[in-house]
Amino acid sequence: PPLGVLSKAFSYKWGIVSVQDNRISLWSAGDLGNAGLNGEYHGEPHLLCDIQHNGDVMDMQFLDQERIVVASSTGTVTIFRHHQNNQTLSASHQWEKAHYHVDQDTCSGGAACTGVICNNPEIVTVGEDGRINLFRADQKDAVRIIENADSSTLHAVTFLRTSEILTVNSIGQLKIWDLRQQRNEPSQIFSLAGDRVPLHCVDRHPNQQHIVATGGQDGMLSIWDIRQGTMPVSLLNAHEAEMWEVHFHPSDPDHLFTCSEDGSLWHWDTSSNVSEKPSFLHQGGRSTAYLSHSTINQSVVSAWLSNDPTKDRMEITNLIPNQTLSVNSLDVLGPCLVYGTDAEAIYVNRQLFA
Amino acid sequence: MGLQRSEEELAGKSRKAQLIQVSKNYRSVIRACMEDMHQAAISTRDPALQGQYSTQVSILSAMELIWNLCEILFVEAATAGALLLRLLDWVRLHVCDVDSMVREVLSSESPSKHKLFWNVVDVFVLQGRMDEARHLLSKEASANPTSMNMYKILDDLMKKMPVPSLGNTQTLTELELKWQHWHEECQRYLQDGTFASNPHMESICKILLGDEDAILEKKELMTTWYHFLVTRLLYSHPTVKPMELRFYAQSSMDLFLGGENSPEPLDMILMAAFEFEMHQVIKECSIVLSNWWFVAHLTDLLDHCKLLQSHNLYFGSNMREFLLLEYASGLFSHHSLWQLGVDYFDHCPEFGRVYLELHIERIPLSTEQKALKVLRICEQRQMHEQVRSICKIMAMKALRNNRLGSALSWSIRAKDAAFATLISDRFLKDYCERGCFSDLDLIDNLGPSMLLSDRLTFLGKYREFHRLYGEKRFPEAARLLLTLMTAHIAPCSFWMTLLTDALPLLEQKEVIFSAEQTYELMRCLEDLTAGNPDKQKFQDDDIETTKVEMLRLALARNLARVIVKEGTVEGS
Repeated sequence: PPLGVLSKAFSYKWGIVSVQDNRISLWSAGDLGNAGLNGEYHGEPHLLCDIQHNGDVMDMQFLDQERIVVASSTGTVTIFRHHQNNQTLSASHQWEKAHYHVDQDTCSGGAACTGVICNNPEIVTVGEDGRINLFRADQKDAVRIIENADSSTLHAVTFLRTSEILTVNSIGQLKIWDLRQQRNEPSQIFSLAGDRVPLHCVDRHPNQQHIVATGGQDGMLSIWDIRQGTMPVSLLNAHEAEMWEVHFHPSDPDHLFTCSEDGSLWHWDTSSNVSEKPSFLHQGGRSTAYLSHSTINQSVVSAWLSNDPTKDRMEITNLIPNQTLSVNSLDVLGPCLVYGTDAEAIYVNRQLFA
Repeated sequence: MGLQRSEEELAGKSRKAQLIQVSKNYRSVIRACMEDMHQAAISTRDPALQGQYSTQVSILSAMELIWNLCEILFVEAATAGALLLRLLDWVRLHVCDVDSMVREVLSSESPSKHKLFWNVVDVFVLQGRMDEARHLLSKEASANPTSMNMYKILDDLMKKMPVPSLGNTQTLTELELKWQHWHEECQRYLQDGTFASNPHMESICKILLGDEDAILEKKELMTTWYHFLVTRLLYSHPTVKPMELRFYAQSSMDLFLGGENSPEPLDMILMAAFEFEMHQVIKECSIVLSNWWFVAHLTDLLDHCKLLQSHNLYFGSNMREFLLLEYASGLFSHHSLWQLGVDYFDHCPEFGRVYLELHIERIPLSTEQKALKVLRICEQRQMHEQVRSICKIMAMKALRNNRLGSALSWSIRAKDAAFATLISDRFLKDYCERGCFSDLDLIDNLGPSMLLSDRLTFLGKYREFHRLYGEKRFPEAARLLLTLMTAHIAPCSFWMTLLTDALPLLEQKEVIFSAEQTYELMRCLEDLTAGNPDKQKFQDDDIETTKVEMLRLALARNLARVIVKEGTVEGS
């Protein structure tokens, strides 16, 4: 049984990447594009290729259709390329010691790289050394390194806009960094009101970029509006242990997914809120639709920002019947959800909205 | 070996059916491993590896054999009648050396002409597979019309053979009567010489009669003594009771091995099982198998069946717990399987906790994520000592790597005030050395965690003072500074620095400190200097004395100005 199985789903040619005992495997599970309306699936995932990885896989992201960037507990960041013709995986580029510690004995050891995010060709990584690295896929050296960006561990990173990133750290702060600026300071810092509970994951609303969700060590889900204030808009008591990952559904952002050390995976559904209101959150909804509806008297605020989730019926479902060991990661695309646990192999749920 | 999550969590279940199901699950897992291993063996090209895998396959196969027998005899505790049927199934499942021969004959064009034809018929008869035997015989009969008569009789006998049934349609006594009757019929036909012309059929008839010699002749087809045992039972004592097994087992083994071969360890284990010596079975298995998995889980299952007497070992725990502890301890040395080990320890009532406490502290914490998982496990079990010690280890590591924020984060998790103080002292030391704060993002945003330790509070407040000063909010800054000293939040060692910080405020054009505040400051200064009369350093150090003098001067001047100011304002 694997520890820390990671899973990622990717674009239209549906592939799953899983990690088991530090072996990265790529599986093909059929074309999402051909899935029926109710998400009927075509067959079981089958293994395409795999490769051994040095160190624990802490995080990974697809760079493009053929390449995946992997963050290692040794502090190395590797790009793996999938060769379609002979179905193999190979390491095409590596930044060793992207993250490292220099301790008082002046010997530097690797520090775990905890998060990676891509926006082809840019790759941003963060780690336990509090460092932020900006790489370009085709360049050997880092484009930019923000040393000591944070005095605590950076747990996760995501893009806010093309040149701005969001990071969360282990003293409960959410920071915005503007990579165009040369100074090594965040442009904004947000933090939780009470105890500085470490934040482990962050995700941004796909359409409304001011809405950010974070998950904490105490299992709390926080929704932030970064246009206003420095504190979260809502705090939702969710899991009983660390929330490892949070994801907005990329095409249906009324839906949010969180997974935790307590072994549960929750599906947060606010779509019922907008049932009476004209729904602008269709698949591929655009910001113009939002504007035109705002003239109607109903305040069409995103369901996520409403201050009283108990009043506006948000449906929350636990998708795992038998909670046992931690759910370490999840990914969602279309009607399909993939997640990995500490106990067994990855799980695939293909009928999310059935 | 594949390892599975244990089903001990079903601890409340005492019903047999569920236990049997659990046992079957274990067996199917063993089989699955065997399959995987087999696949690996045939797909690998390295002969050494292949040899290794093949050995594994045979070990796994033996394990399943033993487990299956234990399931029949102990878990299910099959009684007379059903016992035989189960044993037949068992043999059919596990003695498969003859399978390829069977397949070969069956798939040939005219099976009855195949040279191994009669062997296959014999195999079927020996395993009690009457229908299949009859089917084959019919082919022979149709090919050989002269023996039609003999065939019909033999076929009839085989059809009529009474066997135990699983449902309650007949009692044992009924079965015995019927069987006796049938046995006599077979006897008659044999003695009449009905089969005299066909030695094959004659031997089959003898087998049907339970003739030991006839059965023993087919040694190669049975391959093992336990097959022999079951065949014997089938044809001479179909209503055998569990407790009678041991006698037959012993004699079967002796007859089969015939004194030329000595029994192998596997044979001894099976024999112990037939003798219902559970402890012996477990003991022998422990010796033979290199991995604790098998014995630990089997013992646990038997324990749940309430079959093991609580047999206190020297170390005070019972056998089940001992084995589980051994097994789980082995898991902890694996980099990812230790989490399963935790579950096992949880289910060992006597020593599980102690073992867990010892093991969990020794798990290598290579990443923070792993440390967090370990911490969560400790917190769930109220293992506070371990929580503190793990947090301290992580905090020390962070401190050594100069990750002060991380260090603080770990001390907050452990609610370790002493460590928080240590970290704050580090910050303050840095400040004194460099004249500015590092990691402002941390200190500026301490929030309520500031209250964890006095030193930490001081740090936060001191930084606030600097901020206020930077924002030119002097009165507030002044007030804060004073509070820091008078409320004894600041450590004494820092007072001098604080007073020195007060200097620029005193020298401002505008009067900032009120009279009372000035008096307070003076008092602080006097406390400071008075408190160290015999400190040589203090007197001799020029810089220090200069500082003190400057302070005294500044304070006095300020006092003068403020008295005047307050004097004029007063009264309005």
